Amino acid sequence: MSKLPNWRELATGGIVPKGGNSDEKDVSGWRTYRPIHDKQKCINCLRCWIFCPDSAIQAKDGKITGIDYKHCKGCGICAAECPKKVTAITMKLESEIKKD
Amino acid sequence: MAKFESLTGNDAAAHALRQCKPDVAAAYPITPQTELMHKFAEFVANGKVDTEVILVESEHSAMSAAIGSSAAGARTFTATSANGLALMWEVVYIAASNRLPIVMPEVNRALSGPINIHCDHSDSMGCRDSGWIQLFCENGQEAYDTVIQAFRISENPKVLLPTMICFDGFIISHTNEPVAMLKDEAVSQFVGVYKPDRALLDVENPYTFGPLDLPEWYFEHKRQQVEAMRNSFEVIESVGAEFGKLSGRPYGLMDGYRMEDAEVVLVALGSTCGTARVAVDVAREQGVKAGLLKLRAFRPFPIKQLRQALSKAKVVGVFDRSISFGIEGGPLFHEVRSSLYGGKQPVIPFVYGLGGRDIRVEQIAEAFKTLQQVGKSGAMDRDVEFIGLRD
Repeated sequence: MSKLPNWRELATGGIVPKGGNSDEKDVSGWRTYRPIHDKQKCINCLRCWIFCPDSAIQAKDGKITGIDYKHCKGCGICAAECPKKVTAITMKLESEIKKD
Repeated sequence: MAKFESLTGNDAAAHALRQCKPDVAAAYPITPQTELMHKFAEFVANGKVDTEVILVESEHSAMSAAIGSSAAGARTFTATSANGLALMWEVVYIAASNRLPIVMPEVNRALSGPINIHCDHSDSMGCRDSGWIQLFCENGQEAYDTVIQAFRISENPKVLLPTMICFDGFIISHTNEPVAMLKDEAVSQFVGVYKPDRALLDVENPYTFGPLDLPEWYFEHKRQQVEAMRNSFEVIESVGAEFGKLSGRPYGLMDGYRMEDAEVVLVALGSTCGTARVAVDVAREQGVKAGLLKLRAFRPFPIKQLRQALSKAKVVGVFDRSISFGIEGGPLFHEVRSSLYGGKQPVIPFVYGLGGRDIRVEQIAEAFKTLQQVGKSGAMDRDVEFIGLRD
């Protein structure tokens, strides 16, 4: 707590006084389920990249390269949007992953 | 010599708003505020002011639109009464905590139920902890003058809090009185152009407005609101003094009548103070050393100044035009008695005028007599006395 600004140092009105700051925020702790991407199964249709509400699906040159787990909240939309015949993304309980 | 117009309190406030040239107004009609917005909309329709008027579907939307507009950097006002204010409740708090200098004439009306459209202060008192500055007016002239000062107070960088201009429904809002208006240019110059430090429409300096404020942050933001309220004392006084130089009508946090040697003092808000001045004279003729302390600023509540003003009083009566159930006396009484903590004079609660019940000179003069007796007996605790109630 001691590193946080005191009330005199904070911008007033509860604002965040600069743009682009959501990139700095680690929301990985919000996740109950973690999406696991299987590169072997993936057909790079990019549906998950289009639908992810947090821009957490990483892609380069038309191919899925991975998932940004700092910003993924585990909503599961990527897994739901992945074509049924493909199922390249599966949701796993964070608690079970940590046990592994 | 000032030129007087015959105006209702609503018309006077509407003229003041026109002269302050707001960028945006968002409002929904409710008695007794309706006539104010009606008049203002007429000014807009006739090209007297180029405010963008947003017609919304409820008071909750009115305040929400005002918040968006103010955050965008526009000088913004809304106006309401009673249940309209109650419907706004959630966003009334948000306007204050987001530090938006919105100005709102609040035409006092009793909260339902049973449904009633006439004056009492239950509506304003309900949001006394919302973080708004609340200034009470005695008559149409004060409503006019206070609207003009409100923009200066709210927009001061040391304050940045919204201001509610409270004036009594029908008694002030619908009664024609002589009102001395300032020239348009004089008001324009006094109020100035609103230049916010930060505005959402400033795309060069983006920021996040209204984000989630979790336990590590929320408390500090509340402390900042406390500081803004503390700063507002000085700003209300300096703006009131500057307004006095311009108009000949200086304003402060409170105003006394025959207080110099007063031993039996009444504290009250709003239009009743006009009646109470006459009652002070009547009580004086009857041998009571009576005085009136009219409180203008209810939020921020001027504890030190009030204590100073009442230091010589032997007994203090507090007139509440609203009620707090489950405790004796209304909100004004509790603040006044708390301010006088440690003092030896009895502080006595009265409740009057609920739902627009008339208050008369002789009733207040009678209250002065009651107070004098209580003062002699030295009784500190006394149940609330209801004035004008069929008992």
